[in-house]
Amino acid sequence: MPVNPELVGRAFAPTAPYLVGREKVREFARAVFATDPQHTDPDAARALGYADVVAPPTFAMVVQDRTLQQLLSEPDSGIALERTIHAEQRFAYTRPIVAGDELTAQLSITGVRAIGKGAMVTSVAEITDAAGDHVVTATSVLLIGGDE
Amino acid sequence: MSEPTVGDVVAERTVHLTREDLVRYAGASGDFNPIHYRDDVAARVGLPGVLAHGMLTMGLSIETLVPWLGDAGRILEYGVRFTRPVVVDPENGADVTVVAKVAVVEGDAARVDLTVTCADTTVLGKAQVRVRLA
Repeated sequence: MPVNPELVGRAFAPTAPYLVGREKVREFARAVFATDPQHTDPDAARALGYADVVAPPTFAMVVQDRTLQQLLSEPDSGIALERTIHAEQRFAYTRPIVAGDELTAQLSITGVRAIGKGAMVTSVAEITDAAGDHVVTATSVLLIGGDE
Repeated sequence: MSEPTVGDVVAERTVHLTREDLVRYAGASGDFNPIHYRDDVAARVGLPGVLAHGMLTMGLSIETLVPWLGDAGRILEYGVRFTRPVVVDPENGADVTVVAKVAVVEGDAARVDLTVTCADTTVLGKAQVRVRLA
């Protein structure tokens, strides 16, 4: 099944709130070799004006991933995980994610471009906090291979 | 943070990745695709070996820059293209080298370009970070 071009413009529900935990931030920081104390030490983060430890910039992927799961579970998407390659990733930040944040992400598909038997799919996840304020926009370009 | 000039290398480091690091990232991120820890699955799908998660390479690369920035909140935008995979040998691991160089300075913002290589091959393309200086 080829990638469905009608995914563009489809309405997706916001993801369930994700509560950012301090220990999860520390675990993620260690995993990405983040050495700066703002990621692990609440006092260092507070000295910079944040309420709690600051998540590494790519932590946004943990929240964005929930939107990609929505996309993969659309029965008519034509997107199969085993044929999917992550081609590009971009984050545009209003502020960093901080422990204690409760984040939701809303998915939209902004482009489906056929390439041979496959397609290049651009997805955008707008990540907002409990007050509804913008935190980060996460954009993924996925390259979906065609059926053999 | 020092006052940046175009061409300045403001941060660099080499990170040694092992299979254990890939498993740790899988747990921290929730990405348990077996091509990141199982040689048999990697071979079956035609890969040259077990690969580091692209998001791990992206994540460790920007973290090279954060100590220089002093505040991750100065990062306005960060984007990469995943051009080549990082193959992580079961015994010898892989070394990922990151060099952050100032590309553009415009008022109180700058663009810092990251050159990210493994075994002399560039693994991230167009790895650009837009930062707030003041």
